[in-house]
Amino acid sequence: MVRQGFFEKNLRYIFPLPAVLFVVVLMVFPVAYTFFLSFTDWTLTSGRPLSVVGLNSYLQVLKEPRFLEALGRTFYFTFGSVIVEMLLGTALALILNRSFKGKGVVKTLLLLPLVATPVAIGIVWNLFYDPTIGILNYVLSVLKLPQSGWVSDAKTVMPSLIIVDIWQWTPMITIIVLAGLAGLSSEPYESAMVDGANSRQVLFRITLPMLMPTILTAVILRAIDALKTYDIIYSMTGGGPGYASENLNVLAFKYSFEYFRMGQSAVMLVFLFIIVLLFSLLVMRLRRAFEL
Amino acid sequence: MKEKRVTTILYGFVLVLIIIPILFPFIWMLMSSFKTQVDIISWPPKFIFKPVMQNYNRVFVEQNFLQYMKNSLIVSVVSVFFSLLLGLPAAYSIARYKQKKLSVFILVARLMPGISFLMPWYIVFSRLGLMDSYVALILSHMLIALPLVVWVMSPYFDSVPRELEEAAMVDGLTQQSAFLKILLPLSGPGVVTATTLSFIFSWNNFMFSQVLSQQNTRTLPIAVYNFLSYVEVDWGAVMAAAVTIMAPAIVLTMFFQKYVVKGLTMGAVKG
Repeated sequence: MVRQGFFEKNLRYIFPLPAVLFVVVLMVFPVAYTFFLSFTDWTLTSGRPLSVVGLNSYLQVLKEPRFLEALGRTFYFTFGSVIVEMLLGTALALILNRSFKGKGVVKTLLLLPLVATPVAIGIVWNLFYDPTIGILNYVLSVLKLPQSGWVSDAKTVMPSLIIVDIWQWTPMITIIVLAGLAGLSSEPYESAMVDGANSRQVLFRITLPMLMPTILTAVILRAIDALKTYDIIYSMTGGGPGYASENLNVLAFKYSFEYFRMGQSAVMLVFLFIIVLLFSLLVMRLRRAFEL
Repeated sequence: MKEKRVTTILYGFVLVLIIIPILFPFIWMLMSSFKTQVDIISWPPKFIFKPVMQNYNRVFVEQNFLQYMKNSLIVSVVSVFFSLLLGLPAAYSIARYKQKKLSVFILVARLMPGISFLMPWYIVFSRLGLMDSYVALILSHMLIALPLVVWVMSPYFDSVPRELEEAAMVDGLTQQSAFLKILLPLSGPGVVTATTLSFIFSWNNFMFSQVLSQQNTRTLPIAVYNFLSYVEVDWGAVMAAAVTIMAPAIVLTMFFQKYVVKGLTMGAVKG
């Protein structure tokens, strides 16, 4: 019999306790406080004490066109980038899923955009996008195509930012799908060979259906991050030109730390929080459904 | 035979088509960091030029980047260390006692938008006089690193057979020393994965440091960003700064490729 003292008996509570306390203090309390602030009209710079105004801040925010546009843009950015990343990322994984010389090198290269500092990436793409000295407009001029204002034009700024997100995060889907492909069992393929299936049938009837759980989980995790995109947008455009590239995160940041309208900013954060929470619940549902 | 060679060549061609767009931004960044401003703004863009060191000189000598680098390093290393200290026992407990709810609770911190904690932190840290302190930055970065440690380590601990610990306990070790002396040394690869990933994410963090750090504790991403606020952008120096900030994460990734892949694919792929 193993001797058990107080510590051993309660290991299951003692071991996680510091981590739990940390998360409670640094996350749960702050989120609760943000919820509380969303029912106030507090402005840090006004010098007035905060007063509880019920749903007033919510009504004000919901009437604010800048907020509604940012909300729409958050979804536009997320779906625009994630759908392309899913298709392109899966296609790349299928292409790379065979053994060839230098596969390790290619896989390392795929990781580079994922680990590179987003602010620095934003700056490099700004140099690409620069209307007068940027290499992209040079390429367009060589191809005799009309030049673009890229991020400096309100009409093209969102697609330009989406392109950067696609460049940075498509490899994420690729490496996840590659790992998924490596884990597929070979039995269905053997029986398909026996039945004389052609390669297109194998792809659409066997490989993709078996990969679906992996692809879906990867895509939703990616979507959760895309909803919160901040670094790339703030460092490339600061939400501009005008307000043309503000998503919820960027707008809430400005309300908090540039205008110090804490009450209204809290309302926006509550919206962002709820949207992200819904997507997170979706991931957990899916994981349970597929027993991941 | 001939057909096979044609497919190989075709495949190589496709690979090049995939690699070029991935690599080009890095190559262009590196090239530009060695160009003079005149070469950078020349039209058409120059691929061949005389490399100069003045941009790096500007970054390190005139702009005091070593100080920012030191700040970044302190914040990342210390926050990763404390995240391991809190996260490893928690991950072990989650794995051994199947504490599903606990794991979800900690992982929520990985999913929630950071800005919904940042605003209250700003208020509290200001009142406590902790703005522009390492303490505030480290605490905030721990909220990035801790969930990653738990996310990576609890499935890892779960995969180590229980018998190893039980045998040690029969030999008279307590469970906590079995964890420390038997399980942890066996979990090296998992710890490397967790450490590498959380270091990179902390190193790259922009938003938390943007609010919580000022003159004394400014980290690299903020320093790089501030370069852009000059009236005329000195592109060469900015690119040299970008190279400087990206280099450590990229070198780490090259060294620990396998581990980074493991960490990033974890949770989406079974097993």
